[in-house]
Amino acid sequence: MNAPSGGRILITGSVALVLTVLPLPPWLDVLRPVFLVLAVLYWSVNAPRTGDIALGFWAGLALDVFQGPVLGQHALALALVTYIAVREHQRIRSKPAFQQALIVFAALAVYEFVLFAIDGWSGHAVSSPLRWVHTVTGALLWPPVAAILAYGSRGRA
Amino acid sequence: MAAFGTAAGRPLQGRGGSLGFRFTLYAAVAIVVMYLDQRQHYLEQLRYVLQAAAYPIQLAVNSPPAAWRWISESFESRERLQAENARLRAAQRDLELRSMRYEALARENGELRGLAAALPPVADRWLAAEIVSIQLSSLRQRLLIDRGAVNGVFRAQAVLDDRGLIGQTTHVGPWSAEVILITDPEHAVPVRVERTGLRTIAVGAGDASSLALPYLPANADIKSGDLLVTSGLGGVFPEGYPVARVTEVHRDAVQPLAQVRAEPLAHLDTDREVMLVWFRADHPRAPAPTGKSLGELKSGTPSLQPLAAPPRSQAAAAPAAAPQPQPARVRAPAAAPRKQPAESPPPEPQAPEPQAAEPKAAAPQPAAPEPPQEPPKQEPPTPQPDASQAKEHQ
Repeated sequence: MNAPSGGRILITGSVALVLTVLPLPPWLDVLRPVFLVLAVLYWSVNAPRTGDIALGFWAGLALDVFQGPVLGQHALALALVTYIAVREHQRIRSKPAFQQALIVFAALAVYEFVLFAIDGWSGHAVSSPLRWVHTVTGALLWPPVAAILAYGSRGRA
Repeated sequence: MAAFGTAAGRPLQGRGGSLGFRFTLYAAVAIVVMYLDQRQHYLEQLRYVLQAAAYPIQLAVNSPPAAWRWISESFESRERLQAENARLRAAQRDLELRSMRYEALARENGELRGLAAALPPVADRWLAAEIVSIQLSSLRQRLLIDRGAVNGVFRAQAVLDDRGLIGQTTHVGPWSAEVILITDPEHAVPVRVERTGLRTIAVGAGDASSLALPYLPANADIKSGDLLVTSGLGGVFPEGYPVARVTEVHRDAVQPLAQVRAEPLAHLDTDREVMLVWFRADHPRAPAPTGKSLGELKSGTPSLQPLAAPPRSQAAAAPAAAPQPQPARVRAPAAAPRKQPAESPPPEPQAPEPQAAEPKAAAPQPAAPEPPQEPPKQEPPTPQPDASQAKEHQ
């Protein structure tokens, strides 16, 4: 549990952001998890001092710029998810990968629900069930994503 | 780290306060930002800056597909290029033949309407913009184009391709602008059925190849193959531009509303270039009257009302004269961009004057995309609400 530097978090965050906004064909776009949220979750759980609510907030703001109808929407959702993750980081960290994936699924559901609620309040309601698909793919991709991030932080620490 | 975890409940300690406190702080900031952005539109400046900051990343993210396209184009075979050239020549000749009588028809039309001289076309100038990135998910159908405020692009500007309407700009940065497509589930465009003059609203369905017309009663005179053109209401798009062609009409005896689908004429998913259009603000077919005060930028609706008269009278006159003049009028805009590009790109930098007036003209736009928010569901309970909604628009 070495504390990774802010630089590494920034790099992985940027890569995740690029993966999140990379243009994909529509059917793949529906399946694509929000990689940035996964990365932020990973750092909040594994480096709660560096990956803090501030990280969630700014990452969310970056997402807002690229795909948010309302500025601050993703920032709020991601700040909430980071808050939960940092609070429970010890419990989450000690779980096996499968249970971690379940927790990530719940976190992504919370995240998407906040977006959904804000969409509704701000008059951009889109009630297609497809918007929830990424919570499942995100949870499924959690083990490999976490392994890659862990390898990166151990390998070059 | 253990200590850190247990400190969660305690207020105001450690760096920047407890976890809960910091969360409350950030959440409050996020909520304030949302409020300012959504309700007050105070953050246009910030948006502008952020859009500028994001643009290089968007360019970088989209460079692999662009590079691939460039490579595959560079290696295109000679025969293919020649074939394409021949095809374009044929198309060009065809268009010139069609537009040959355009001047004469326009003058004749002007005389018939009792105007001293024929009106100039409603479109003042055009600017081609390249598409940087395309987002075609079922939730968001947006484009990012490589023209922004420095080229004189303004918010709620109409975007066309050579076949029909594409959408309008939503956020404008210095060098880029975001375009919401007419097929975005949040977008609605007021249209008219060319054949009958029937007015309604076409709502995006989150699919680049279909639009929904959710507000037509089951006995509405509409059939598949009907051409939908902009009705000029709503204050963003001028009257008479082709939008879509009706593809299916379902009438269910127990449903008060017909279920109608239409296919956009513009090639939303394959376009690589779009046209930004500046309209003559004082033209009777221009999207909205020239509001002189900047205040109207935010209030929206009031300035929409006075517009109703001119387009309506034309709409009423149109069906009578139906088949002949119509195609000419519909085609005119399609033909124009191809002739224009030669002279249109230069005017970019000295843009200021024309659109100094335009933003106000187009300003009331929020009213256009917003009214039918619930619609993606195709069966609202009764026909009345839709009727009233349509009325509001007029």
